[in-house]
Amino acid sequence: MVTTFLEKESTDQILQSTVPFQMENILKVNNLEIFYGEKRAVNGISLDIEKNAITALIGPSGCGKSTFLRSINRMNDLIPEARAEGQILYEDLNILSEQIDVVALRKEIGMVFQKPNPFPKSIYENITHALKFSGIKKKSQLDEIVEESLIKAALWDEVKDRLHKSALSLSGGQQQRLCIARTIAMKPVIMLLDEPSSALDPISNAKVEELIIDLKKDYSIIIVTHNMQQASRISDKTAFFFKGDLIEYDSTEKIFTNPSVKKTEEYISGRFG
Amino acid sequence: MTYMSTRSNFDNNLKELKDLLLKMASKAETAIKESMLALVNQDLEKAQQVIDGDNEIDDLEYEINDMALLLIARESPVATDLRKISAALKVSSEVERFADIAVNIAKSALHIGKEKHFKEIIDIPKMMEMALEMVSESISAYYAEDITLAKKCAEKDDEVDKMFGSLVQELMSYIPQNPNATNQIIQLAFVCRFIERIADHSTNIAEDVVYLVTGNRVNLND
Repeated sequence: MVTTFLEKESTDQILQSTVPFQMENILKVNNLEIFYGEKRAVNGISLDIEKNAITALIGPSGCGKSTFLRSINRMNDLIPEARAEGQILYEDLNILSEQIDVVALRKEIGMVFQKPNPFPKSIYENITHALKFSGIKKKSQLDEIVEESLIKAALWDEVKDRLHKSALSLSGGQQQRLCIARTIAMKPVIMLLDEPSSALDPISNAKVEELIIDLKKDYSIIIVTHNMQQASRISDKTAFFFKGDLIEYDSTEKIFTNPSVKKTEEYISGRFG
Repeated sequence: MTYMSTRSNFDNNLKELKDLLLKMASKAETAIKESMLALVNQDLEKAQQVIDGDNEIDDLEYEINDMALLLIARESPVATDLRKISAALKVSSEVERFADIAVNIAKSALHIGKEKHFKEIIDIPKMMEMALEMVSESISAYYAEDITLAKKCAEKDDEVDKMFGSLVQELMSYIPQNPNATNQIIQLAFVCRFIERIADHSTNIAEDVVYLVTGNRVNLND
């Protein structure tokens, strides 16, 4: 299945530069640098992302955390002047390699954005749109995936009677869970969440957080958040970024009770940033 | 702090919490000293004052607890900030024990009453002096977040323990020759025990200080 990313028979070429990593890691980042034109936004960071865990990326605006997140499913490709060096290894493949089929990659590494962005279509179609595009046409199968995804996104009970109503009629919190359901429907391996609940009220936020914790059974989750309580509540590992550097990366428990680096403590305790 | 503090209100509140605890500790320390004077001088009025004054110290503990919980609820403290608040809660409860011990000593003074001391009381105040040094050092260490002072304080605990052992043994040995003073001797042995507890609570505070500063738990009582 790994090779489904590859457009050409270039497996050997990519594999030769890889390092074996432990079973519990889903991603291995080696000396990743990301540039916007001349400006370097991420300064050669290295870290392993754990499988079936929630990894929180924190740091002040402009620290490189979202840039890093977006590089994991090649969203930065949409920015012409952006380029990346180094490696992000996923199942022994370098995600940054030119041979990677980006569309196939994004099926396995899904993303949810800060502002809920449902398509202006029905709830049902929001979930089936990409599925149809990827070749699933049978209605019974689509129905099944819609139900399963909405159940997993903890939205089924609220929308099951109005699946063919517009997604835009949902509340902000529901829309965001729909976006998560849409991502789940593609059966990804990794979910990237870019401040998924910053635009939500506390109740919706709590629901999304519960959902994220629940989802880690099946997925590996990387979340960018500006909400320190959210990072400390839901994540297993926390990475603190500052000015493009990875300052500290450790268990969330350690980061929030006794961080090793003074800068981390100053940031998480709200002393700067 | 070299950086511009963005949480000056929170920082002020943390300082206020610490100042409140210092005030409480100073009252407890005075109560201990007064209880000792009441015992040695058989000043029953003073003993009663110590007992009556305990409420005020208890109220300060409640005030500290309320403020600590409010800060946790409102400020979502993490790391050192959180340990500062946790330390205030723990240290205040040790200080409250100091005050209770002062009450216990004052009660012993009342139990002995005006009954003539069977022997001049010299060694017990000496033991108390050492325990009071520990109180003062532990509280200073807390206030200054000074690990060296905390460790220095805890080192004295063994000495107080030794004094306790030998003093109680000595007191018991007086009973056969002074059967009429048995009640008095037992009360004085209790007082030795109370002083030994003061040293233990000071050591606990010293350990809290090490945790507050480093985030690591230590046992300074070995």
